[in-house]
Amino acid sequence: MSIREVRLSTTPTPEAIADLRLGDVVYLDGLMYTAREGVYMRALEDKANIPMELPSQSAANFHCSPAARINADGSFDMGAVTATASFRFAKWLPEWMAKTGARLIVGKGGMTSKDYKEYFVPNGAVYLSTVGYGTGALLGRGVESVEAVHWNEELGLAQAMWVIKCNKMGPFIVASDLNGDCLFERENAKIAENVARVYEGTKPAVLKRYGESDDRTDEVI
Amino acid sequence: MIPIDLIQSTAETLMDKAAIEIPQDYLDGLQHAAKTEDGDLSSFVLKAMLENYEAAKEDRRAMCGDTGVPRWFVKMGNDARIEGGMVALETALRRATANATNGVPLRPNRVHPLWRTDHDNNVGIGAPEIEYGFEPEGEWVDLITVHKGGLFGTDYRMLFPSDGVQGIKRFYLDSLMAFGKRGLACQPAIIGIGLGGSKDICMTLGKRASTLRIVGSRNSDPRIAEMEDEFKELGNSIGMGAMGFVGKNMVIDCNIEVGYCHTGGMPMSVHAFCLSSRRAVARIHADGRVEHRTDPDWFTPYQRRETVDWEPQREAAE
Repeated sequence: MSIREVRLSTTPTPEAIADLRLGDVVYLDGLMYTAREGVYMRALEDKANIPMELPSQSAANFHCSPAARINADGSFDMGAVTATASFRFAKWLPEWMAKTGARLIVGKGGMTSKDYKEYFVPNGAVYLSTVGYGTGALLGRGVESVEAVHWNEELGLAQAMWVIKCNKMGPFIVASDLNGDCLFERENAKIAENVARVYEGTKPAVLKRYGESDDRTDEVI
Repeated sequence: MIPIDLIQSTAETLMDKAAIEIPQDYLDGLQHAAKTEDGDLSSFVLKAMLENYEAAKEDRRAMCGDTGVPRWFVKMGNDARIEGGMVALETALRRATANATNGVPLRPNRVHPLWRTDHDNNVGIGAPEIEYGFEPEGEWVDLITVHKGGLFGTDYRMLFPSDGVQGIKRFYLDSLMAFGKRGLACQPAIIGIGLGGSKDICMTLGKRASTLRIVGSRNSDPRIAEMEDEFKELGNSIGMGAMGFVGKNMVIDCNIEVGYCHTGGMPMSVHAFCLSSRRAVARIHADGRVEHRTDPDWFTPYQRRETVDWEPQREAAE
């Protein structure tokens, strides 16, 4: 199977999203903003006004904290850019998508097909995974400029909302589609066929853990 | 006497090198993996990572946006003396960490666990960690920085003698399966296994096995060295590669370190040192010479000694 490369706008048309297939390699153009737990809590729980016009300026939410600094003169230096694991943000994403019209969720490791089917597909959104992880230097090269940093004082550099201008920024891999299918679950299923053989001869630990028994009235021995 | 200014300036250089330059041993390992990999998606990932190392060096920018948690291992020859003493050394390492965070730049990852306070410089309570080791001879100090990433890929379990090697294998596989899926462990990685010690030292041994030993090194105990080979192969036979895609490269190498433990137990920890295996080392001599390298060479015969007294001649003869 050869890998298909796609250039995609961060304010993509519904047709462009519908055309994406699991495993496509994507390069992004346009504005993308970082938002993770700090931004979600401030915008959704503290009800702060989001300091951007969304989704007209950007429909791409990057689960990322960059390796970057704010210089004394107010300019920015951005070095490497790498995503953080997205599954932790499932709690906020449905409301965030409804509020901001995000169509591209960009991060590490993807979400479950249940997440995709429940609120990605109805919102016309897909998940793009960073590669590696992480190709921080390559992605850094794709940052043409830093447009703004919002909420830096409230949230710190790592949790702030960075607005970056992407110029053929990538690579990213399409990890969900508009059927709600999940690239990682597809790969897991292929690997699962081999698991029994790899574990052959091993035996469960003599001292169990809760989780291996979900009944808290059980003992672990 | 080793000048304190030289310690700080060397430490700043090390922070920069660790973040930007992939160590040669890991690079060799990954290039070999890229040659053998036949899963299409995992091949693409390895190729992108190799390009990323080049881009980082060319641009002098960090390999990965996640700086991990910068920390220090300091090893000293028994006759080394630091200008201003050890408190001055710790101050110099904290300053170097803060300066490099702004200078490279690195991501300011370190926050208070409850209040999430971020000083934007990777310094705070207990951060960076500074750990010490000593060698019987020498007037030098080795500064080793490791910026280990990974909220995932690490686990601890108290096993027991009756679990045996099969139990060790199972927990090893459990860790790879749990954190390898979706590539949460950022594999292929240098997997470190700690066996024995008390609970905290078991974690320390495994972390040091992954971060302070290079790809291709083997434990000095030949039977443990055999286990390292076997475990590397076992991990690579799962059928899982980079990012959890179908592939045959999960483990670039497997390093095992042991410590004596409670007679009733067999504690075990597993650690994954990721695709951006950030480590850099320099030896500073009393005469001001600085030698850079990427092999921490931490696990010397002295570090693995078993006897009450240190008798190097007898150890050498055995």
